[in-house]
Amino acid sequence: MTLFQILIPFLVAPFVPLIGKKREGRELGIILAFIPFLLFISFLFEFINLKPATITPEIYQWIPSIGVDLAFRSDGLSLLFGLIITGIGTAVFLFAGGYLGKGMETVKFYIYILIFMGAMLGIVFSDNLLLLFIFWELTSFSSFLLIGFKHKYLASRYAALQALLVTGIGGLSLLAGVILINSVTGTFSISAIISDPSMLRESSLLVPIIILILGGAFTKSAQVPFHFWLPNAMEAPTPVSAYLHSATMVKAGVFLVARLNPVFTGIGLWNDSLMIFGGATMVVGAFLALKQTDLKKILAYTTLSVLGTLIMLTGYGSEIALTTMIVYLTAHALYKGTLFLTAGAIDHSTGTRDVRILGGLLKKMPFTAYAGIVAAFSMAGIIPMVGFVGKELLYETAMSGEPALFFGVLFAGVIMVYSAIQAGIHPYFAPEKETPLSPHEGDFTLTAGTVTAATMGLILGILASNLLTGMVSLAVSPVAGKTVDVSLGLWHGFNIILLLSLGTIIAGYGLYTVREKLYLLPQVYGPLEYLMPSKLYDKALNLLMFTARGQTSFFQNGYLRNYIITIFATALLLVGGYFFYHLDLTELVIDPSMEMYEAIAGVVIIAGAIIATVAKSRLYAVMALGITGLGVALVFILYGAPDLALTQLSIETLSVILFVLAIYKLPKFLKLSNRNSKIRDLIIASTMGVFITFVILAVYVHEHSTELKNFFAAESLPGGKGRNIVNVILVDFRAIDTMGEIMVLGIAAIGIFGLVKLVRKGG
Amino acid sequence: MSTLILRTAVKYIIPGMFLFSLFLLFRGHNEPGGGFVGGLVAAAAIILYTLANGVEKAEKMLHVSPQKLIAAGLLVALLAGITGWIAGKEFMTGIWLDLPIPVMGKFGTPVLFDIGVYLLVTGMVVKVIFTLADTREEGNQ
Amino acid sequence: MILFLALITGILTTVGIFLILRRSLVKVILGLAFLGHAANMLIFTIGRITKGKAAFVPEGSLSPFEPFADPLPQALILTAIVIGFGVQAFLIVLFKQNYKSLKSDDLDNMNTTDML
Repeated sequence: MTLFQILIPFLVAPFVPLIGKKREGRELGIILAFIPFLLFISFLFEFINLKPATITPEIYQWIPSIGVDLAFRSDGLSLLFGLIITGIGTAVFLFAGGYLGKGMETVKFYIYILIFMGAMLGIVFSDNLLLLFIFWELTSFSSFLLIGFKHKYLASRYAALQALLVTGIGGLSLLAGVILINSVTGTFSISAIISDPSMLRESSLLVPIIILILGGAFTKSAQVPFHFWLPNAMEAPTPVSAYLHSATMVKAGVFLVARLNPVFTGIGLWNDSLMIFGGATMVVGAFLALKQTDLKKILAYTTLSVLGTLIMLTGYGSEIALTTMIVYLTAHALYKGTLFLTAGAIDHSTGTRDVRILGGLLKKMPFTAYAGIVAAFSMAGIIPMVGFVGKELLYETAMSGEPALFFGVLFAGVIMVYSAIQAGIHPYFAPEKETPLSPHEGDFTLTAGTVTAATMGLILGILASNLLTGMVSLAVSPVAGKTVDVSLGLWHGFNIILLLSLGTIIAGYGLYTVREKLYLLPQVYGPLEYLMPSKLYDKALNLLMFTARGQTSFFQNGYLRNYIITIFATALLLVGGYFFYHLDLTELVIDPSMEMYEAIAGVVIIAGAIIATVAKSRLYAVMALGITGLGVALVFILYGAPDLALTQLSIETLSVILFVLAIYKLPKFLKLSNRNSKIRDLIIASTMGVFITFVILAVYVHEHSTELKNFFAAESLPGGKGRNIVNVILVDFRAIDTMGEIMVLGIAAIGIFGLVKLVRKGG
Repeated sequence: MSTLILRTAVKYIIPGMFLFSLFLLFRGHNEPGGGFVGGLVAAAAIILYTLANGVEKAEKMLHVSPQKLIAAGLLVALLAGITGWIAGKEFMTGIWLDLPIPVMGKFGTPVLFDIGVYLLVTGMVVKVIFTLADTREEGNQ
Repeated sequence: MILFLALITGILTTVGIFLILRRSLVKVILGLAFLGHAANMLIFTIGRITKGKAAFVPEGSLSPFEPFADPLPQALILTAIVIGFGVQAFLIVLFKQNYKSLKSDDLDNMNTTDML
């Protein structure tokens, strides 16, 4: 069932171009939005009927030899993420059709985003670490395509590559961590690791495992110091930012940490790292949001701050902290997805995202305004929104923890209010200003999703004590690794936390009144510039390109000779070095006996070889090659290989004909090389010749295994029904090899065909 | 190269060479020979004809283009492999008919596979020779 | 006789490498053919050699009688010979087309993608 749910987006993706031929733009969006919507309904049913005690993983064998199964697990945490992915997905799918309009680009967009959605569902439902890793990489890959969607712009390509490299390196770190976990526990199954974490917790590899896993999670969820890719990723079309870079993909890191929390919680390194890096991201993200004027940048930096908060809350580890994490995560997905989409709608209708020139949109875009305002209220933590419930819990958790983090939480809270006003209130209530386009409300595809998502935030807030409590309790237990009693409520009476809430709202509004001054804040402060992670990223990338360029121009200088010399010198150095230390010359089998026929064959081969080297004309050289070939055929006859001799003879005849056809009209060889280079080449060549002679003699020192020889001899007639053992090997025992080899011949023929066509065309 | 003597001689030699190539192909499972050598000899026959009469006439004599021979060879070889699959065994497992056939003895998928090799090798070599010996396009340039 | 085969292989290698280090493309192709012979001889020799007796099952018997040559290296070399021929044919056509457009056989004239 889960496998099928995850496969659906992948299965539909190839057919998007077909649907796109008949239905373009918004109609395509409406049709495709049914996919996330139906998945949402199915997850909702599962969630309602979920009995935590009876969850069993769904397993299909895939690569049993290395323990990789298609194993899935639908517990509360997976289903909550599944609901977010498909719920926000429905809104985004609906929105994108109207936002991007008609054309092939929209078709491409839906293919990418379907692949992404499938991969994201794969991450949250996987019960196998390697399977999870595969989906994890697939999200990086589809995110690369989506960030670089406007690939004609340098900024888009730069941002796409940056996101891919940062999350890709994180992915490698995760893979290393997963492999280490497997080496300790002997399994990739997440259920198995969670149910018996003791082996892992007592392992000597615990520290590297935690560091590697967190390396994956922190890059994906854009934690300091890897945060810089996320704001740059805002180059993507707005629906992508709403979906990948606020609601889903960047939460994959949070998900991974939450999923593995029961295994590692209580270990100092785990909890402390989460609190330190999460706390730092929370503060840095909030601080950087202060001076932003672009709606999407404001939302991006506050997303950073929230991601930090979520990681930090997991680090606290207490039941209340984990509950807060889940509530805050749900609230964030609803309001931030909405705000991104309203920002897209505003951009679409006014032609700008700059808050300094936006205003007075309340009457012109009433539905968007409703959604934006409600979402902003949730973001600012105003009663009765779900964001309020989250914020109350957050303050309550922070008060019991480290004082430094408590102040960080308050600081981020103030800026959250300030940014909410900017993103969700200001565009509608500020005095009207001149914008590039005259604003108007879009059709229902641009509003339906945002209005629904914002309203969900309201409903969950009002029904905090039953609906939200039910959802959260199911989702938090897998994170805590035990059943957690959750009781949430909208109203806790007048207490210190409410006072704090009120204080942050007032302070946030205060910041808003002095916003013009905040916009003038410098981006970096003096010498800190040299430590900026994005600058370090650029430097590392430049260094890599510089090294690659230098290495390429050194090794690949366009002269075939140099490549060959490099290759042979390396071979000589490595194998020759081995011989120098390990070969005992006295052990070599030197058997100078020789018969008449052998001597003749030898003379023929050597004569051909020498004539070919010194020949003045191409024709003589080709004939000399033929002579050598005959000599080799003679050797084959002498040593019991009639099939080889036959083939060699036919080939030699044909190849002489080929050469003659190709070259008989050409002039004589020109004298191209000078004496010195000839001597140099002769030294290289004869060193290799001597080396090969030694290789053969050295091989004879060792005992030869006759196992295969005997097998083929014994099985040829009974198994292969043939008396010619060589032929039976070719067409029966090792027929797949032969298949590959005739394919090579076919490809050579196609290459020849192409060469002729190409030259004819190009003249 | 195309003299009257060569052309006349070729007329009588070529059928013999073709027969010999088939002989090599079918006895290959038990005596020296096989698809590779058989294909090369068959190709040599066509080359001889080409040298005597030119590419244009050789193409006419051959009826099918060498590309088609290559494709047919690959298909036949693949078919020989897939038969094993259809019979419910591993890919490329040899399946033998249980009736004796005169001249070649028994018939089975490995023989079919060798026929594929024969066709492909013939097609490949002929393709190269036609390309190299073709003087028509040079005249146009 | 092993020494004899080893020496022949060594000489073939020497000639092959010497030729592929030349500037003339035809010599490079010839050199590759010689290297191909050397490689076949190398496999043939290190697979152990048996004089005279080929690997055939005689009539009326189920398996060949010792001593007989090892069929496995022979099967490997057989395909190697044919593949080597395919590569050589491709190279010859490449050379011909190349000569047509560049009017040169000199590799040092071919290390740029610009027209001369």
